[in-house]
Amino acid sequence: MKKTYILEDLDCAHCAGKIEEAVAALSTVEKCSLNFLTKKLVVDAEESNFEAITKDVKKIVKKTEPDVTVVEK
Amino acid sequence: MTKKLKRKLRNIILGAIIFACACVVEHSASGINANLILGFFLVAYFIIGGDVVKKAGNNIVHGRVMDENFLMLIATVGAFCVGDNAEAVAVMLFYQVGEWFQSYAVNKSRKSISDLMDIRPDYANVIRDGKEEEVDPEEVKIGETIVVKAGEKIPLDGVVTKGNTTVDTMALTGESVPRDVILGDDVISGCINLTSVIEIQVTKEFEQSTVAKILDLVENASSKKAEAENFISKFAKYYTPTIVVLAVMLAFLPPLFIDGQYFKWIYRALSFLVISCPCALVISIPLSFFGGIGGASREGILVKGSNYLEILSKASIVVMDKTGTLTKGIFKVKEIHPSKESNLSEEKLLELTAYSESYSNHPISKSLKEAYFEKAKEKEFAKERIGEIKEISGYGVEAKIDGCVICVGNDKLMEKYQISYEMTQAPGTVIYVAKENQYLGYLVIGDEIKSDSKQAVAQLKKAGVKEIVMLTGDRVAAAEAVAGELGIKKVFSELLPGDKVDKVEELLAQKGEKEALIFVGDGINDAPVLARADVGIAMGGLGQDAAIEAADIVIMTDEPSKIARAMEISKKTLTIVKQNIVFAIGIKVLVLILAAVGIASMWLAIFADVGVAFLAILNAMRTLKSKSAK
Repeated sequence: MKKTYILEDLDCAHCAGKIEEAVAALSTVEKCSLNFLTKKLVVDAEESNFEAITKDVKKIVKKTEPDVTVVEK
Repeated sequence: MTKKLKRKLRNIILGAIIFACACVVEHSASGINANLILGFFLVAYFIIGGDVVKKAGNNIVHGRVMDENFLMLIATVGAFCVGDNAEAVAVMLFYQVGEWFQSYAVNKSRKSISDLMDIRPDYANVIRDGKEEEVDPEEVKIGETIVVKAGEKIPLDGVVTKGNTTVDTMALTGESVPRDVILGDDVISGCINLTSVIEIQVTKEFEQSTVAKILDLVENASSKKAEAENFISKFAKYYTPTIVVLAVMLAFLPPLFIDGQYFKWIYRALSFLVISCPCALVISIPLSFFGGIGGASREGILVKGSNYLEILSKASIVVMDKTGTLTKGIFKVKEIHPSKESNLSEEKLLELTAYSESYSNHPISKSLKEAYFEKAKEKEFAKERIGEIKEISGYGVEAKIDGCVICVGNDKLMEKYQISYEMTQAPGTVIYVAKENQYLGYLVIGDEIKSDSKQAVAQLKKAGVKEIVMLTGDRVAAAEAVAGELGIKKVFSELLPGDKVDKVEELLAQKGEKEALIFVGDGINDAPVLARADVGIAMGGLGQDAAIEAADIVIMTDEPSKIARAMEISKKTLTIVKQNIVFAIGIKVLVLILAAVGIASMWLAIFADVGVAFLAILNAMRTLKSKSAK
């Protein structure tokens, strides 16, 4: 299943790369891509894992770019 | 401007005013307590750079030290320590202004891109329980009826069940001439209803609709990265650590071995670190590709990945299918030649032929029927005239019309029945007709060349394509005629679908390593060839899902001249990408050298970081501006 998160106030492309790398490294994530221009983070994973993944994504974003808010879509 | 940007701007301006006051006070009034002045500067410093300090602190807590915020903190704290208060605040101010401009440019380009893709419908007026209801297009189910008023966007794909109108397909095809739509026609989401109210029965859910597919495709195109993008990611991976190592060496080696002035060298090393962010490249290169893809989609050219846009610029061989690509793919009766002996009129010969073919659904039979109906102003065949009809596969038909046996078919059919006929080499499909074994004459059925095909070939040649090849399953004479008219020299005809793949393989083997082969087809039955070519382009994709699936680039309209236009966009994008790479790396290396020898100040270092990023973004935005082909 695919889920899209919108990262509001994402300004720094370099940080976007770091966030993408960290999310992709999560063991439950099969595939992920972060489009800096559309601010969309698309995560591909098992549906049952998404609750935990959402928490992890928020944590990663908070750590890398405290200004960015994660909006679930 | 977003809230965040507004807040930042306010802080910058307020801080700058206090900073200016502090400077004035420091210079004019002597005898004021030095601590008071320092306090003044500190207030300005925190208003301007408070968030930088906060972020730096936050990062240290998380164990990450190496980032711009931390560097700015070190650089400015260093300046405060040596008593250069004005320098500290000025550096922070300059950095924040640069950052602000960078964010502003990013926002602006995001906005331009989303404006460009403003084809997503916001609502649908659906009829439920006899009442009109405004809902999200995603909530409308297949089979429901929606109402679209004049001036509204058509939210979902469907069939018109009430009313006639004209629609503007500009946003999808780049085509400025509106299309007429009548009762029973299919309409496509994303078009704008221009003249009058229509009702549409929905045939696809929003997720599957044309507009959703196009948006999905364009938004995700950047996940297929171009070589230039991969180069940048790799470069960024090595660039930053390298600069950090160099900075450490610069901070400690020269004072240790040369002059012992640690402070001077550490300050130079700090400038080094400020330049170490590869932001300019990391933002501007994907942005250029995204802009190019966005600009192309505005003209009805959908590119499915940055990589395809990149390869397109290297195209040296363009292989084109004939039917449906260079020609309209609509067969028409072009010539009618009754034989002298038969004494028949053209109309009569056409009538007999059409009647004989009346039960077939082959495109050629259809063209005969259409031509007959048009000429005779009939709407139906007189069924009582038609007797038994026998199809002879590979030859033609044998039909009993008005009680006489009529043979309609190719030369092989004539030979089979040993009918003497006049052989012709006319370009197109030739149909011979005989009645009771007496030759009556022949008809030529041909396809029409699209109005811009000739221009398309000429433009491709001008764009530097070395070889243009036409492939077709059609006969030699028909193929040569089309190729001759268009100025294509290399033609392979009478190919079976499988042969087309073989021919493309042959051509692929001939081309140089840095060159690319593009194949252009109608996307309906040439999927294997589209897949085999370096870039597969499908024509006439509007409303044809199969074509959108199979190809790497989809041209929404039927115009082959868009191929050259796509190449032009691709080349422009690549030029901008190269400019940005050279410009950003060049400035950074130059400032690094200047900083090492002590010529470049912190100011210049900040410019090399944020200033270059800002300029590179501006340059990248040029890809969005697509001027239409003349």
